[in-house]
Amino acid sequence: MNWLGLVFIFLFAVLLLGLGAASRRAKRELREIPAFTRLAGGIGAAVESGRRLHLSLGHGGMLGQPGASTLMGLTILQRIARTASISDVPPIATSGESVQAILSQDVFQAVYQAIGAETQFDPHSGQLTGLSPFSYAAGALPVVYDQQVSVNVLTGSFGSEAALIADAAERTGSMTLAGSENLTAQAVFYACTEEPLIGEELYAAGAYLQAGAMHSASLMTQDIFRWLLIVAILAGAAARLVGVW
Amino acid sequence: MKTNLRVPFLAAISMLSGLVVLVGYFVTLPGLSDLRGLFLDWAVILTAVAAIVGVANLAKVHWRKVRTGQPGAVFSLTTLTSLVLTILVVIFLGGATSAWSLWLFNYALVPVEASLLAVLSVTLIYAFARMINRRLTIFNLIFAGTALFILITAFAWSGFDVFGLRDIRSWVMQVWAAAGARGILFGVALGAIATGLRVLIGSDRPYSG
Repeated sequence: MNWLGLVFIFLFAVLLLGLGAASRRAKRELREIPAFTRLAGGIGAAVESGRRLHLSLGHGGMLGQPGASTLMGLTILQRIARTASISDVPPIATSGESVQAILSQDVFQAVYQAIGAETQFDPHSGQLTGLSPFSYAAGALPVVYDQQVSVNVLTGSFGSEAALIADAAERTGSMTLAGSENLTAQAVFYACTEEPLIGEELYAAGAYLQAGAMHSASLMTQDIFRWLLIVAILAGAAARLVGVW
Repeated sequence: MKTNLRVPFLAAISMLSGLVVLVGYFVTLPGLSDLRGLFLDWAVILTAVAAIVGVANLAKVHWRKVRTGQPGAVFSLTTLTSLVLTILVVIFLGGATSAWSLWLFNYALVPVEASLLAVLSVTLIYAFARMINRRLTIFNLIFAGTALFILITAFAWSGFDVFGLRDIRSWVMQVWAAAGARGILFGVALGAIATGLRVLIGSDRPYSG
């Protein structure tokens, strides 16, 4: 039994719920992440100019380690779909895994139902473009090149193949925001895109896109636990140095 | 705004099954472990079914492109033809591990993916140059310099080690790069925990609602 892990998760959850309740009462100022500021402007400009928003969800799926970044991608999709639902050209989501594709269609349907515009829902707005990393990237390229996309958001689990999508987006002159939990993809995004999200910045997207008080509470909880981990690492190193541990 | 009555029901299923899987990961109790295993088996089966639905969606999207003559319709037709051919080979010529299926895999799929890998290497070099051209900051220079240094010193020339470059390379990789990667991964892990917990408490719902 791994009680330490369970206690860690339990404390994290308690703090998250407590800070979530507090966040509903008091709004917290967030440090500026230029990528999210530009994304808000990019979405507005795309809606006004009648151009499309493309969200690429990667190929990690829901099971295992990449699941969290996929969930974050779906949250971002939900916010983008809500904001862009008034546009003449609906957003489009591409996935490299079937469950993700189905969930992206579900998100679109839920958004259109919520605003009372079910007839606008197009099942093809959530597409599976390939089942292997490279076929997924190759399948997403025509969307970037041919569908008059002005904003590309790449959030989810990717590998080095993400460079093909990011490069296509840069070539078309569209804005690209990209983040992943995968270190290789983060390095690729740093080189290929103007607005890379490094490390935990991807998981901060909900707070910056006003997805709810719990997202702001998540950021605070992460900050607190990050400091605790830093203190624990430094204390461990110091203890080792003096030969206590 | 409409209220979807399915939402509380779906949220309850999601929270309950998530909690069982999470607690079962940390605590070994006979009943709980069995239930966790059962839920994970169901998840795998559902994922397999979703793959079939996904392929149907893929075929439908490409069929629509062919039918309406959209740009790249020829490629869509190629995709559909390949899909039908592969299904026919698997069904009528001995299954997924037959010689015909393996021939398709080795002489169609692998070369195509290898070609994309070649394109990727050129794309990355181009992106690297563009990054330097786009914004010349101290962080970009460190990133570019480190990447070039690691790549150049990766070549293993027998008996050739100028100024102990190999030692410097392993020091950069094992100390600086590993420390940076661990720092980033700590942030990613905390973000993943927060994201998972938001789904468990029903705050985030990546399904209808």
